[in-house]
Amino acid sequence: MLLLTCPHCGIDADETELSPGGEAHLTRHGPGATDEDVEAYLFLRDNPRGVHLERWRHANGCGKWFVAARCTVTLEVFGTYPAQTARPPQHVLDAIEAKRPGATRKLPVMEGAR
Amino acid sequence: MSDAMVLDGARAEGLATVREVPAPGLIALKGDLGAPALADAVRAVTGCAVPGLRRIEAAGAARAGWMAPDELLLVAPREAVPGALSTLEARLAAAHHLAADVSDMRAVFRLEGQGAREVLAKLAPVDLAPGAFEPGELRRTRLAQVPAAFWMEQGGFTLVCFRSVARYAFDLLAGAAAPGGEVGHFA
Repeated sequence: MLLLTCPHCGIDADETELSPGGEAHLTRHGPGATDEDVEAYLFLRDNPRGVHLERWRHANGCGKWFVAARCTVTLEVFGTYPAQTARPPQHVLDAIEAKRPGATRKLPVMEGAR
Repeated sequence: MSDAMVLDGARAEGLATVREVPAPGLIALKGDLGAPALADAVRAVTGCAVPGLRRIEAAGAARAGWMAPDELLLVAPREAVPGALSTLEARLAAAHHLAADVSDMRAVFRLEGQGAREVLAKLAPVDLAPGAFEPGELRRTRLAQVPAAFWMEQGGFTLVCFRSVARYAFDLLAGAAAPGGEVGHFA
């Protein structure tokens, strides 16, 4: 059972109060994009063994979307932040690095940030 | 049957008393909760300040509850709702907002008695221990499989859910309050 802190209302929400929204920080490729980009946006998802950034919605609560950084192996949660964030905030990156050195560099969203 | 009630005032006794009460006037107000215009409008309609995070403010029979970072639930007598909506519209004319009368979309229950905390704790993933949940806080959560919101007042809980699931919610509460189902966790 996951307990995620909703960054919008501050509640330590039980997993059953939330709806999962899949991988976070996808780039939405729309009209004019290449077929490969549209395919990747629609269908191709990371399924890492380790640190993952994923979208959750506080469905049975404030109704807002947020992103959780957690480990898919240990279920350890490194932090949550509002979905209106283009990149993970520094305190979340620091929390990941403290436990999993080097892991943030492997996050797809951090490509190009290096 | 009154329009304000779905289950004709259904009532169940047990660890706690569960009863349906007439839904008061309920207004869902969305907008920028930090805006002075919105604070003025909320005060004009309910007499309450804009509630802080997860709080509910009271003034007489009126309430203003925090539902989301951009949404409030305003409670007022039913007959005051049309006037309240025009007041909101007038005061928020220049601001991006939404005010909707949702009185007929909700069912309202009261949960009273010694076991009220325990009955609710059986159904919602919320820490309802004395000290952890107290009057003044509004919690939106789920009641088994349906969304609900509740707060404490007058020695019990007031619980609001969608009208379409009123029977389900009442049966849940009545079942959780059935005699013999004591857990005694908060005793």
